[in-house]
Amino acid sequence: MQSPLRLERRLTQPKWLNWGVPLLSLLGALILGGIVLFATGKNPISVYARIVERGFASTDAFSRTLISATPFAFTGLAASVAFRMGLINIGGEGQLYLGTIGAAFAGIAFQDQPTAVIIATMIIFGMLFGGAWAAIVGILKAKFSTNEIITSLMLNYVAAIFLDYLIFNSSSYWRDPKSYGFPTGKRLIKNAYWNDISIGSIEIPFGFVVAVVAAVIVWFLYNRTRFGYEVGVIASSPNAARYAGIRARWKIITVMALSGALAGLGGASDVGDFRHVLDAKGVQISGYGYTGIVVAALARLNPLSAIFVAVFLGGLSNAGYALQGPDFPSGLVGTLQGLILFTAVAGEILTRYRIKRQNTIADGVIV
Amino acid sequence: MNGIVKRFPGVVANDGVNFEARAGEVHALLGENGAGKSTLSNVLTGLYRPDEGTVSLNDEIVHFDSPRIALERGIGMVHQHFRLVNSFTVAENIILGERSSSLFMDTSAAVERISALATQYGIAVDPSARIWQLSVGEQQRVEILKALYHGAKVLILDEPTAVLTPQEADSLFRVLRSMVAEGRTVIFISHKLDEVMAVADRITVLRAGKTVSTIECATTTTRDLARLMVGRDVVFNRVIRANHAEPNNIVLQVSNIDATDDRGGQALKSISLTVGKSEIVAIAGVAGNGQRELAEVIGGMRPSTRGTIAVNNEVVPNGRVRKAMTAGVSHVPEDRLHTGLVADHSVEDNLILKSYRGAPISKMSVLRRRVIRAQAKETIEKYDVKTPDTITPIRLLSGGNVQKVLLAREFDSLPSVMVVSSPTRGLDVGAIENVRKRLVDAADSGVGVLLISEDLEEIFALADRILVMYEGSIVGNIPAAEANRESIGLLMGGGSLSAENN
Repeated sequence: MQSPLRLERRLTQPKWLNWGVPLLSLLGALILGGIVLFATGKNPISVYARIVERGFASTDAFSRTLISATPFAFTGLAASVAFRMGLINIGGEGQLYLGTIGAAFAGIAFQDQPTAVIIATMIIFGMLFGGAWAAIVGILKAKFSTNEIITSLMLNYVAAIFLDYLIFNSSSYWRDPKSYGFPTGKRLIKNAYWNDISIGSIEIPFGFVVAVVAAVIVWFLYNRTRFGYEVGVIASSPNAARYAGIRARWKIITVMALSGALAGLGGASDVGDFRHVLDAKGVQISGYGYTGIVVAALARLNPLSAIFVAVFLGGLSNAGYALQGPDFPSGLVGTLQGLILFTAVAGEILTRYRIKRQNTIADGVIV
Repeated sequence: MNGIVKRFPGVVANDGVNFEARAGEVHALLGENGAGKSTLSNVLTGLYRPDEGTVSLNDEIVHFDSPRIALERGIGMVHQHFRLVNSFTVAENIILGERSSSLFMDTSAAVERISALATQYGIAVDPSARIWQLSVGEQQRVEILKALYHGAKVLILDEPTAVLTPQEADSLFRVLRSMVAEGRTVIFISHKLDEVMAVADRITVLRAGKTVSTIECATTTTRDLARLMVGRDVVFNRVIRANHAEPNNIVLQVSNIDATDDRGGQALKSISLTVGKSEIVAIAGVAGNGQRELAEVIGGMRPSTRGTIAVNNEVVPNGRVRKAMTAGVSHVPEDRLHTGLVADHSVEDNLILKSYRGAPISKMSVLRRRVIRAQAKETIEKYDVKTPDTITPIRLLSGGNVQKVLLAREFDSLPSVMVVSSPTRGLDVGAIENVRKRLVDAADSGVGVLLISEDLEEIFALADRILVMYEGSIVGNIPAAEANRESIGLLMGGGSLSAENN
């Protein structure tokens, strides 16, 4: 017996697929997750209802979701920017660490300045540090054709060790000299905090607003400028780029630096919006950089979609904190998140192929 | 095959095609690009299922679900793009996919059988060589051997000569003849009239998805076939030129150029040539004798190791594409879809590939979409490009329309010199005519054209002067009026004219 369904390659990709397939994937994930929940003795409907309630339904819950979403948005943008040129930058994690280091430095060094100046310098230093860190990967690739996947990943570990060194193993500029028992960083003064913006009773982190602005700029850069056009040509056809006199080397370095700068900006927001200190352990536990890869994949590398995906994933993890307890292991939330990614990747196939019912023998021998 | 209908979204690729082939004949399937030849063969090998119609094998209606099942029933296919594993040996590729009861492959028995088959049909290939070591012609022989090894009684070849040199094509024809002499059937898909006449016993002509006619090769002529194929008379005669070439008014001067190929070997040896205003200079030669490297050096894609290139008497900096472009060089590469164009990008984005850097296409680094779209619409109209809209990806266009887009962009850049490589390769008769007319128009308007082609017929139709390239050197420089096929062919093969006179 042969399967009555078969895959046929799509000649064109209709527009509705851009939103239809992600929605279908999400639905698939919910169904699969429902089976898992049911098997563990939970009522799937009530769990989903609680996720919606704790993640999105109230203004309070939504405000907390935006807090979780902000770093995802930055690392998601960072990954999208690089992936769009075919550069697999998985070093968002380390670039974000460097961003926290840069921003914490600026927040401490310029604390006598007005708030606007402090925030601006924190943003600039966060981007500079993250961008420079990623540029190392770009330069290595442009000059020596090293594999960016490996170098960017390895630099994550280097960044983590550097971060630990600054707080735990040295009396660096960042370390609070008064912390003896458990070493911590110097706290920023209140003046350096990035204040939330309130719309009604929803509190929007300032960093989230910055992320939205960054997403719009990235979208414009990639869709409406010469730079974006050249990146597109290099990504789709290196031969055609050479033919048109577009130099790929500089673009590799620039795009990597841009990607790192966005991740670094996420690090700055982490310091300015939330932690207000260079928290070496806290930022490493979060794994924002790796989640950014998931965000970029789900958003199909579209910077504007990345914001929505970040909010969605932010809501999920936020609801996860709320749900988890003795009767609800934290692993179940992770399982749900994993299933969503899994079906999203599977859904990618549907954008390139269509499912067709094939004519069975019962329809008559027609071949 | 009876009344085969196959529809794709928006097109009927086969519209009631009838086709039959006998044992012991070479049956050619002739038609323009898009006539439905490949679709028909894919139906025959089980890759596509027909929407209507039946396929019979030895009077029995058959139903193939996959190429594998078709091959089990004795129908093998050699595709245009080979399906070989580069790092495997010839023998390993041939036995690949064979169901074997033991865990280990018994290659030695296979190697013996392969060698026996190879000798039987006069196919020269070393079973222990690895695929990447072989030339394209040899790889094709491996594909044929693979089909024979798996017991193909019917062998389908899709445009087999597109990748071959004339000599390789001749040896392919010999192999095919020895196969049909054994009672096998060869289905030969092509749009080249001459080779169909040379190799086929019978010819079925397809046009726009329908069978036009099936005729005995002996009772027809090239001209009749061309008429059947395109539905009207096509004349490939010397094109009449409005302007007279000015070979002494030099627009492109190449002096003593040396260059290396991708592997670092010497590809060009002290090449010197000139192209005058309104002149079409053709470079004849078998592919792989340095033509691609020469085109790339002139276009600035490949740095030369010695010598200079001057356009309008000004030396162009070495290996700088953009400098070459601004100096007035236009380069139409052989690989249209992946070098001259970006296959996945839209028609309008491809049209600006060389002009996006400045006004009016971009302003302050920002692309002006409205201008781009308006210009694209104008260009599509002017050059009669068949595309649903300006945002369709270029890879979805037919070969002829792809080339129209590429040429449109290059003509509109108002060059002084055009380097054009195999501009009509793979195109159908109607598109060939169009491309040639455009090239002649360009020359008439004053552009110097350097035409690199393997197609002697094309060279004789267009060129004012013919250069022959052999192993990286120019070995002949003959005014078209004094040239004949024999002398050019001799030079292309490495012979010399003076030797012939002795």
